[in-house]
Amino acid sequence: MFDFLIQGFGVALTPLNLGLAFLGALLGTLFGALPGIGPINGIAILMPLAYTLGLPAESSLILLAGIYTGSEYGGRMSSILLNVPGDAGAVMTTLDGHPLAKKGLAGPALGLSAVSSFIGATVAILGLTLFAPLLAIVAVKFGPAEFFALMIFAFASMSAMMGKDPLKTLIGAVLGVLISTVGVDSGTGVLRFTFDMPELYDGIDFVVMIIGLFAVSEILLMLEHAFRHDQDGEMAPIGRVMVKLSEVLHCKWAILRSSVIGFVIGILPGTGASVASAVAYTTEKRISDHDNSFGTGNMRGLAAPEAANNASAAGSFVPMLTLGIPGSGTTAILLGALMLYNINPGPMMFREQPVVVGGLIASLYIGNVMLLLLNLPLAGVFARVLQVPRWLLVPSVAILAFVGVYQLHSDLMAIYLMLVIGVFGYLLRKFGFSLAPVVLGFVLGGLMEENLRRALSISGGDAAILWQSGLSIGLWVAAALVAFLPLVAGKLKAKFLPAAKAP
Amino acid sequence: MPKSISLRRWLVAAVTGGALLTGAVQAQAKPPECIAPAKPGGGYDLTCRLAANGLQDAKLIDEPMMVSYMPGGIGAVAYNHVTGVRDDDPNLIVAASTGAALNLALGKFGQQHKVDDVRWLGALGVDYGAIVVRKDAPWQNLDELMKAMKQNPSSVVIGAGGTIGSQDWMKAALMAKADDVDPRKLRYVSFEGGGEALAALLGEHIQVFTGDLAELKPQLDSGEIRILAALSEERMGGPYADIPTAKEQGYDVEWPIWRGYYMGPNVSDAEYQKWADRLEQLSETESFAKLREGRGLFPMSKFGDDFHQYVTQQVADFTQLAKDVGLTQ
Repeated sequence: MFDFLIQGFGVALTPLNLGLAFLGALLGTLFGALPGIGPINGIAILMPLAYTLGLPAESSLILLAGIYTGSEYGGRMSSILLNVPGDAGAVMTTLDGHPLAKKGLAGPALGLSAVSSFIGATVAILGLTLFAPLLAIVAVKFGPAEFFALMIFAFASMSAMMGKDPLKTLIGAVLGVLISTVGVDSGTGVLRFTFDMPELYDGIDFVVMIIGLFAVSEILLMLEHAFRHDQDGEMAPIGRVMVKLSEVLHCKWAILRSSVIGFVIGILPGTGASVASAVAYTTEKRISDHDNSFGTGNMRGLAAPEAANNASAAGSFVPMLTLGIPGSGTTAILLGALMLYNINPGPMMFREQPVVVGGLIASLYIGNVMLLLLNLPLAGVFARVLQVPRWLLVPSVAILAFVGVYQLHSDLMAIYLMLVIGVFGYLLRKFGFSLAPVVLGFVLGGLMEENLRRALSISGGDAAILWQSGLSIGLWVAAALVAFLPLVAGKLKAKFLPAAKAP
Repeated sequence: MPKSISLRRWLVAAVTGGALLTGAVQAQAKPPECIAPAKPGGGYDLTCRLAANGLQDAKLIDEPMMVSYMPGGIGAVAYNHVTGVRDDDPNLIVAASTGAALNLALGKFGQQHKVDDVRWLGALGVDYGAIVVRKDAPWQNLDELMKAMKQNPSSVVIGAGGTIGSQDWMKAALMAKADDVDPRKLRYVSFEGGGEALAALLGEHIQVFTGDLAELKPQLDSGEIRILAALSEERMGGPYADIPTAKEQGYDVEWPIWRGYYMGPNVSDAEYQKWADRLEQLSETESFAKLREGRGLFPMSKFGDDFHQYVTQQVADFTQLAKDVGLTQ
């Protein structure tokens, strides 16, 4: 049964393919670390190169998959160091990663996230190897109604993030949902909020959104500090560089839970690392945040989204390899790459192309080990990036992101839009809003609306379809639990705990 | 403090200047270029790569062709760009497909844009629409499906990867119209791309998927799906030989999806002809035939003026069709 894997290791362990896996891991880490490039664009940039070099299919797939998994590792760097997410899956990493860096723990934070990423990916690759065909069947059972329920669950989990100011979290999320409605309506093809600008027809690009919200607003904040001659660097000096084993062990359950969550969400076609890391983070906050320290630099708050986004990257290979259906935007491009080689991924691929499938899966194992070995020592190196003054670092990163975004749009409109969103983000921060709910509203809102409308078109307008299947009922119950349990539990605690303590 | 502020300004200026300089250097070189009017990785990207890889393998261009992306407005941004800014660039081709012709017909590129605003260059391949059901569907052939639809149009859930008014919807609407069913009564669900729609079909969320023939080969091979009809002129060969056309089952519907290119309106006749000849030469090479097959495309040979005529006629036809199915007035 595992012949293909043994054969695959034979393929993946040839010197050329080992070298390519390493190259992919290295480049992927870089692409992920640079905001604005990300895995999709990294693969799109290198796909023609792999083809032009005349690499065989399995080799170029190994290279491209290395970039994909590598960029999920790299995405955390700028999240932790600069509070600017490197890609979609790394937004949640900013919440606790950056506060840790501010405390002088940038090195351990990077190290911990490398270990969490490794474990997350390992769990998911094991899942992929053992259960891929079985899981694929379950994944397609997830229809529009179930997706809608999943989004309700994700929004309900967000109430965990509300913290001090629930109203502002709610407003932020709603703003995000509003922004997600810009563009051609996915059901009827009607234009919404596009003001006759064709640049807005496709909606607002995710990269434009996060670079604007996070990086541009950061620069504006720094400018404000510079004009007022404030101290803008509240960074503590860099302390120790390596993560301690005890810190990893402290997070072990958080990492394992999040790995499973990430893998499961990664398998579902149409959702990706951003949803996976958001659900993992909020779930983990519910489970293990006893002292309300999530968001202020809690190690578990960093480990959870990191494990989840890597697990979801590996999980998204499941529908691609077994059904020929991409599980994420990035696997959609990998599918395209395979088509250049006359390989049509699909139900027959395990049988017809055992070398390619086996080689790919084996290279995921190998690449993952490489990434860990590459990223642990790099943590120390990258942590020193913080010694570069922020007023130089953040604008440089922003300019890189601008060039990257321009390259991808060949249009200045995207840059202007990014600046406008930056001013918007700056105002939000000045008014004390957290940016994460806005981004989550933006990502989840679009998915929620699309799936609600798909479900209703399937049923002909009958809302009962939303809670007809066992899966969706389960998700509704879970959503209700995460939304209301804390309220009830809080009251119960208030009622019984003081009494219990009293002698 | 003032000292460090002036230093800051200089450094920021230096960094910005450096970035701009890199941009300027990049802008000088002029290799052949193909604009994919979408984000990386989509169908247009692959259309560009088909030309880029093919032309390079066949040594029909001296320098590798650069593929750049101009997403926005389902292709309208690139159309604006080529009609307005780089209207005479002899090294620039832009990827297009039947979808672009449909959008032109529906006025989605802006009412001011007409099909004659660019020079249609040629197509390198074509795929055909397909009516797809799950292997355990109750309908054995197109006629049975159409009868069920005629009886109660909203009893059949159709889905595909495009919005109402898109190509995928047009396939369903034309089928309905061929049997005198009002297309607006169809129960149509739009997904984000064909992959998601196919997943919904396999997961029993929708019953009929209006997809593209060659794209479905893996699922066809594995027996997961049954293709009730190909929307082509005649039966296709090879693995598709057993799939009847809609026409031979009595429903006169064809939906070819060509993959081709256009150039700016003010490109000289000589340069335009040079590119048309290049593509024609390419389409005749054996290595390209393999590449095309791998991309899941059937041969199509229409180049230069011949192709320009074809697209112009197609847009006119689509304008009429849109009226017929009730999309436009």
